[in-house]
Amino acid sequence: MPAPTATIQQHEYPNGLVLVAETMPGVQSASFTLLVPAGAAYEAAEGLDVGGGAATMLCEWITRGAGDRDSRELLNALDDLGVSHSESAQTVHAGFSAATLGANLIPALEIFADIVLRPRFDEEEVEPIRSLCLQNLRSLEDDPGSKVIYELRRRHFPEPWGRPSPGNPEDVARITPESLRSFHRAAYRPNGAILGVAGAIDWPRLRDAVGALFGGWERRPEPRLSERPAGPRIDHIARETQQIQIAMAAPAATVAGPDYYRARAAVAILGGYSSARLFTEVRERRGLCYSVYASYEGQRERGAMLSYAGTSTERAQETLDVMLAEFRRLADGGVDLEELDTMRAGLKSSLIMAQESSMSRSSALASDWYFLGRVRPLDEISAAMDALTPESVSSYARTLLKPGELTILTLGPTPLDVKLPA
Amino acid sequence: MRFHHATLDNGLEVIAELNDDAHSIAAGFFVKAGSRDESPELAGVSHFLEHMTFKGTARRDALAVNKDFDRVGAKHNAQTSEEDTFYHFTCLPEYLPRAFDVLADILRPTLRDDDFETEKKVIIEEILMYMDNPMSVAYEAAKAAHFGGHPLGNSILGTVDSITAMKADDMRSYFASRYSPANIVLGFAGKGEWDQLLELAADRCRDWTGVHPARDARPVRGRRAFEAILREDDLQQTIVGVADGPPLESDDRYAAHLLATILGDHTSSHLYWALVDPGHADGAEISYQDYNQAGGFYTFLSCEPDDVDDNLERVAEVCRGVMEKGVTERELAQARNKVLARSVIRGERPMGRLASLGFHWAYRRAYLPIERELEAFSGVSVDQIGRLVREWPLWPMTIASVGPTTEVQPPK
Repeated sequence: MPAPTATIQQHEYPNGLVLVAETMPGVQSASFTLLVPAGAAYEAAEGLDVGGGAATMLCEWITRGAGDRDSRELLNALDDLGVSHSESAQTVHAGFSAATLGANLIPALEIFADIVLRPRFDEEEVEPIRSLCLQNLRSLEDDPGSKVIYELRRRHFPEPWGRPSPGNPEDVARITPESLRSFHRAAYRPNGAILGVAGAIDWPRLRDAVGALFGGWERRPEPRLSERPAGPRIDHIARETQQIQIAMAAPAATVAGPDYYRARAAVAILGGYSSARLFTEVRERRGLCYSVYASYEGQRERGAMLSYAGTSTERAQETLDVMLAEFRRLADGGVDLEELDTMRAGLKSSLIMAQESSMSRSSALASDWYFLGRVRPLDEISAAMDALTPESVSSYARTLLKPGELTILTLGPTPLDVKLPA
Repeated sequence: MRFHHATLDNGLEVIAELNDDAHSIAAGFFVKAGSRDESPELAGVSHFLEHMTFKGTARRDALAVNKDFDRVGAKHNAQTSEEDTFYHFTCLPEYLPRAFDVLADILRPTLRDDDFETEKKVIIEEILMYMDNPMSVAYEAAKAAHFGGHPLGNSILGTVDSITAMKADDMRSYFASRYSPANIVLGFAGKGEWDQLLELAADRCRDWTGVHPARDARPVRGRRAFEAILREDDLQQTIVGVADGPPLESDDRYAAHLLATILGDHTSSHLYWALVDPGHADGAEISYQDYNQAGGFYTFLSCEPDDVDDNLERVAEVCRGVMEKGVTERELAQARNKVLARSVIRGERPMGRLASLGFHWAYRRAYLPIERELEAFSGVSVDQIGRLVREWPLWPMTIASVGPTTEVQPPK
C-alpha cells in the first residue's frame, strides 16, 4: 500500500507575503522557514549603503527583544515551546527557521512575527553584537575551508550577489544603530517574503493565523541594486596553513531555466557523490586529498558550479591539474548512461527521504517558491530526471565548463600554476 | 513501531525498529572498535581501518563499493569515535537488499597492500585538514591532557608519524581482534519487514568468525591538567575544557545531558548569557559525552586572546554557581522541552533513530523506544542534578588553550 501522500497548499496575502505549506502524514513535528529579501546583497542597495555585515548584525539585533519580550524573555519563550531555531543572513535572504512539535507551531510563529515586525532595537545590544560579529570574522580567518568559499563567491558572482554575509571588519566596526534601523525599514518587507511550513499542520488554522500575525506588515518598494563586475578570476590568498585550499566556480543554468536539470546532472556526475568523477579520480585513485566535491548553487538570475578540494602543499598542484582535467573530460567526452542512472537514483532517493523531515521540506518549499513562484511536485521532478539522456547532459556539459569563465582561488602557503586548457 | 531482535549462531546481534510510516530504511553495523582500543604504535588504526573497509572486498574493488551504493541511491557513510566504528546507509525500502549486500560485504574487507598505501595518503590529508582547524587541535589536546596515559585520551586520527609507520599486517591483526561477530551489532530502523531483514542478515553475515575481544574499560578519572599550544597565526584563542561526568553505565546520564543543556547549550544557556550575549566570546558551549566507564563535560570557548583569562573566570563562575546553588525548576523545564523536541525531530528520520537505537543496544543490551527516552528525561529532578554536580564537580577542569597567546592563567 502506498504511503499517504503529502498535500501542498499556498496563499498570497494582500501585502504580498506568500505562505506555502505541506501537510506531512506520520510526522509529529512542524517546521518553518521564513525568507525575507534582506540578505547581504541588499546592504548595497541604492540610497542605503549600510556596509558589509549589516544584514548579519540586524538579524542578531532583532532577536534580542521584540514585542512584549526582552532578549531573555524571548529566548526563554522559545525554549518553553521546545523550538530549535536559527536566524541568519545569507546573500539574498535573511532566513528564520524553526522546528518544534506540531502543537507549538503557531505560538512559535507569534514570536517570530514579533521578531520581524516589532523588534525592540535596544541600543545597549549594539556593542555586544558588534563584538560578536567582529569575533566571528576573526574565527572565519582561522577557518581556511570556510574562508576560501566566501572569497570564491565574492570573486565569482557579480557584486552584490557574492557578498559574504559576515561582512568585513572595517564596516562592522563603523555600522551605526541608526543605519541598522534604516536597513530594517527598507529591506524587511512582506512583498518578496516567503513562509514555507511543513509537518503536522492544520492548513485553515495556519492560513488564518499567519494572516493575523503578518497581515499588518506594510509593503515597501523593492530596494534597487546595481550589479558590478567582481573578480579577479584567478587569485591566491597567502596563509601559513598545513593544506592549500582550492576552490573553483563556473557559471551554470538557473533554477527556472530550461537547462536546470541538465546542469544539476552534469555537476552531480562531476562531484556530487562517492562514485562521482572527482572523488574517484582525485581521492580514490590517487589519494590526493580527503575532501573534494562539486556542487550547484542557484540564484534567480544565475547559477554556478562550485568545486573544492583541500590538500597538502606538495600535492596541491597535481590535485588542481587532475580537477581541471576532469572538468575538461566532462566537457569533451560527456557522460554515459550508467552515470546518469546513478545520478538519478541518488537525487530521487534524496527527494523521497526529504519527505521524512519537516525542516528540509519547509526550506525546500520556500526555496522553490523563491525561484519558480510555485512548488514543483515530486512527480514533475521525477519526470524531468527521467527525460534526461546522456546526449542531452553531454551537450550541456560542453557549455558548462568554458576555461575563460572559470574563477579559481587558492589559499595557502604557495600559489599554484593554473594551466587552463585552451 | 515494532521492535525485533535476534542473535545469529556466530554471536552477531540483529535489532530492528520498524515503522510503516517511514519512507526509507536505515541500516548500520555498530562495531566496538575505537581509538581507546589501540596501542600507542597503532594510533589511528580504527579510523584508518574504517577507510580501508570501503577500499574493497573479495567481490568488489573500491570503485564498485561506491558505485553499488550510489546506483541504488543509498546515502552511506561511516564514523569512528573513541569507542565505536559505525557503518551505515539510508535508502528506499525497495533497494534495501542491494544496499545491504554492499554494507555487509565491506565489513569483511581484503585490506590490500596497494590500497593501504594509497589510503594512507588520504588519512594524512585528513589529519592535516584537522590541524588547520583550531577547535580540533584544542579538542585533541584537551582529551590527551585530561585522560593522561589512559587510552580514552588517544587521538582518533592518530598522527602523521603513527600512520606513516603503520603496516598493513598490523591492521589485519587489529581487524581480526575487533571485528568478530560477537563484537558487532547490526541495526535497522524505518520501513521494512523483520523476516526479510533477518534472512538477509543471516545470509550475508552467518559465515563471519572471530574471537570475542575484551575492552580495557576500567573506570577512569581525569587529571585536571593545563596545556597551552602556540599557534601564532591564529586570530582567535580557542579553548577546550574537560571535567569528569557520569559514565554511560550510569542512569545519571540523562541528568548530565540536561545539565549540559542548561549550562552550555548554544542558545539561552548560562554560558550564552555570560559570554556570547554580552559579546565576550563568539562561541561558548558545554556538552556531555558518555563513554564506557567514563564520562566528560566538554567546554568549548572561542574568544579574543586578550580576553581569555576574564572569560575563563566567567566559565568558572557559571560552574561554581551551579555547584553551589544547583539549577531551578524553570531552567530544568526549559532544558527538558528543548531536549524532548530535539529527540522527537531527530527520531522522525530513520537514521536518527538507528544511531540511538544501535548504541544503546551495543552497550546496554536493551531496547529504548523513544517514549521511554522521553520519560527518562522527564523523570530528572532538580535534586538529582544537585547530587550530580556534587558527585561530578565541574570546576576545576582540564584546560587546553590554542592560539596566539600561551599566557593563559585559568582561575583556581
